[in-house]
Amino acid sequence: MALPLLSLPDNVKKHGRQGSGKLGDPIFTGLTFAAACTILILMALLVYMLFQDSLPSIREFGLGFLSSEEWDPVKDIYGAKPFIYGTVASSLIALVIAVPLSLGIAIYLSQFAPRWLRAPLGFLVELLAAIPSVVYGLWGIFVLAPFLGKTIEPFFADHLGGIPIFSGPVYGVGLFSAGVVLAIMILPTISAISRESMLNVARDQKEAAQALGATPWETVRIAVLPLARPGIIGAVILGLGRALGETMAVTMLIGNRPEISASIFAPAYSIASVIANEFAEVTAGIHMAALIELALILLVITLVLNLFARLLIQKPGSGGLKGKGRA
Amino acid sequence: MKNDLNRRRRNARSRFAYLLCVFSAVLALIPLVMIISYVIFQGASALNLDFLTQLPKPVGETGGGMGNAIVGSLILVGIASVIGLPVGILAGAYLAEFRSPRLSWLVRLLADILSGVPSIIVGVFVYALLVLTMKRFSALAGGVALGIMMLPTVARTTEEMLRMVPDSLREASLALGIPRWRTIISIVIKTAGGGILTGIMLAIARISGETAPLLFTALNSRTWPVGLDQPVASLPVQIYTYAISPYADWHQQAWAGSLVLVLMVLVLSVGSKLYFGKKMKMAR
Amino acid sequence: MAGFISTNKLSATFGDVRAIQDITLEIPANKITALIGPSGCGKSTFLRCLNRMHELVPGAKSTGEVLWDGKNIYGPDMDAAEVRRGIGMVFQKPNPFPLMTIADNVSAGLRLTGMRKSKSELEEVVERSLKMAALWEEVKNKLHKPGGSLSGGQQQRLCIARALAVEPDIILMDEPCSALDPASTQKIEDTMEQLTKNYTIVIVTHNMQQAARVSEFTGFMLSKETGEPGQLVEYGSTNKIFTMPDRKETENYITGRFG
Repeated sequence: MALPLLSLPDNVKKHGRQGSGKLGDPIFTGLTFAAACTILILMALLVYMLFQDSLPSIREFGLGFLSSEEWDPVKDIYGAKPFIYGTVASSLIALVIAVPLSLGIAIYLSQFAPRWLRAPLGFLVELLAAIPSVVYGLWGIFVLAPFLGKTIEPFFADHLGGIPIFSGPVYGVGLFSAGVVLAIMILPTISAISRESMLNVARDQKEAAQALGATPWETVRIAVLPLARPGIIGAVILGLGRALGETMAVTMLIGNRPEISASIFAPAYSIASVIANEFAEVTAGIHMAALIELALILLVITLVLNLFARLLIQKPGSGGLKGKGRA
Repeated sequence: MKNDLNRRRRNARSRFAYLLCVFSAVLALIPLVMIISYVIFQGASALNLDFLTQLPKPVGETGGGMGNAIVGSLILVGIASVIGLPVGILAGAYLAEFRSPRLSWLVRLLADILSGVPSIIVGVFVYALLVLTMKRFSALAGGVALGIMMLPTVARTTEEMLRMVPDSLREASLALGIPRWRTIISIVIKTAGGGILTGIMLAIARISGETAPLLFTALNSRTWPVGLDQPVASLPVQIYTYAISPYADWHQQAWAGSLVLVLMVLVLSVGSKLYFGKKMKMAR
Repeated sequence: MAGFISTNKLSATFGDVRAIQDITLEIPANKITALIGPSGCGKSTFLRCLNRMHELVPGAKSTGEVLWDGKNIYGPDMDAAEVRRGIGMVFQKPNPFPLMTIADNVSAGLRLTGMRKSKSELEEVVERSLKMAALWEEVKNKLHKPGGSLSGGQQQRLCIARALAVEPDIILMDEPCSALDPASTQKIEDTMEQLTKNYTIVIVTHNMQQAARVSEFTGFMLSKETGEPGQLVEYGSTNKIFTMPDRKETENYITGRFG
């Protein structure tokens, strides 16, 4: 059938060329690409600007910044140690409280709870994560801190006051209260991710343990926890990262005193808190650079923790590219 | 005999462990109940029409309200959405639909990292970026800070929802001669719409409760919002300011503000999850 | 007359894996041509090269010519989307757009390719297409129901109607009945007969009886060993292929000695 080879098929001539089709694809691809690059640019810019704006302080204090305890805006001398201490200590207290509780909840929800209870209970625990930080702080100031100051803390101080970490006067606000509220705040994170990890453990592992006559708890201990361990550790690390970066609730409860003392009941200061309190009122000198250097330190710590946690937490179903290698 | 004893001991241990787990669950719920009931009871007593509609009164005078803070929060969330939603959805579409392995991996990694950056650091960043250059605190800066916070969440949720749309639909659309961009917008995104909307609502719920990024971007104000390039009040910042003040009247208002804020956040979070649940059932 | 396709040394790869090699054949207009062969011989891959769907898989390439009414569809001034509009496809598993109504499903190809049609024009096309796909009577009173609410066989006919609505010349069918029950299969085979009045149909099927029933021309494809690309062993009128094939391999396959 000889048709002039230079003409388009009748069909194409009938429907005509859809101009938007030719232009639409490159434009749309470009837009989505630009949007994706925005994320790259933002992160790069963030790290760059933090580094750039903290240079005056880095140059001035060098590595001594990390070990100096002096924070004096008047004399324009700054040291990070109290804040690093406050940040880390409050977060560790939070972990000590939150991890056992979170694991208990995760185990209960994934292994023991009756089916009808799982969704509602899980939902309620998630609700803890939805409450804004400032509301936690408000409740902390007026309910939690007074409660702790009048009951739990005196109990420890009276009976165990010999031990340094329980020594000293009890104010209510301080490292311990901040730690408790942080624990409540990171509990949903740790328990949700741990629960996922436990649910991902293949059923035949549990069945093997049960077939050997293991009690329910032994099944969990032998079959589930070891396999879920990387995910659980990842969950804890993520929780730690959250606690380190938490600002409002900690600012309202930690006491805001840049001192390092042995007792957990003493007031302290976290990196996020000092930035929140002092940033807007910075006058001159390298005050701001010092604050930004603190922010940089916090950023690096949380970044490293975040990356570490990601390596440990395997999400099921991710990583497989669809459409590749169709047979 | 010995096996019997052993067995009983193991069973007792199991029972004990079980009870500990139940106990943890109960213990975790106690603060939840306490916080919500305090917010409701303390907040309700100070919540009235004045509170919702009036400006704060000067120090020393009682009365007044957080009307400007509520409006301010809405404005800030609005600005954040205008910035965060289009960029987030398009970025999510890029991750899901255009598979360049190295770039996608990098963007995904950085999006997850960005969502883990402490909110106060985002505030510092936007301060350096906008407040210093504009030489003023502004609603715009606050909105940008919140927008940056919502960006990774929206992008990843969009990506996940788009990936759940089966390839057979993309094929069907392309086989009809529908161009790729139209396929993605009118078929893929539309089919995933319910899930994407849920992700958006959750992201909005999260940023509407944020305080730290606003502290030195939008700052605060005692008047109605005046302009995008001026400081603006917001509910979380106002709650914070009142909470740490020495005035009992302001403490009451802080509770009332918390009630409004918690209601907003819960309605968005819970509502979106219910809505999503319904949509998921429909798609099956 | 329009709607004939010929290929010239068509080969296709997925990355490094060669799927089909040097396929040369002519598919005449307004007839049903069947492609048969054991699974894995590349029949679907070949089909997808005919409407430029193959290249959508990342890393997939093809060489050789595919001439649609004499014009190479891979030519520099041919837009892939236009090719796909003129050469439609129905897939193995019915894939109507689940959140669209039945009517919107049928008109999707028209609405989303920027063709300006008024509401009444669209309604007319929907009715016409559904009639040609032998689905009109069953759905005419529920056009507003979602596409996913139909049975499997009905969904497949909906997909056929959807493909017809954009007025292609050629319809490619990739094992369209393999997911359906015998009754639906029969309906669709009847529909195919009717469609040849206006369309050219190429059907890939692993069901030899179906190929023998509906087609006038048949091509037999085979990959000599696993890992080898599929090649066209024999091509001719269905009658000849099934009663007096030239090649031994064809005869073995037809008589069920393998495959």
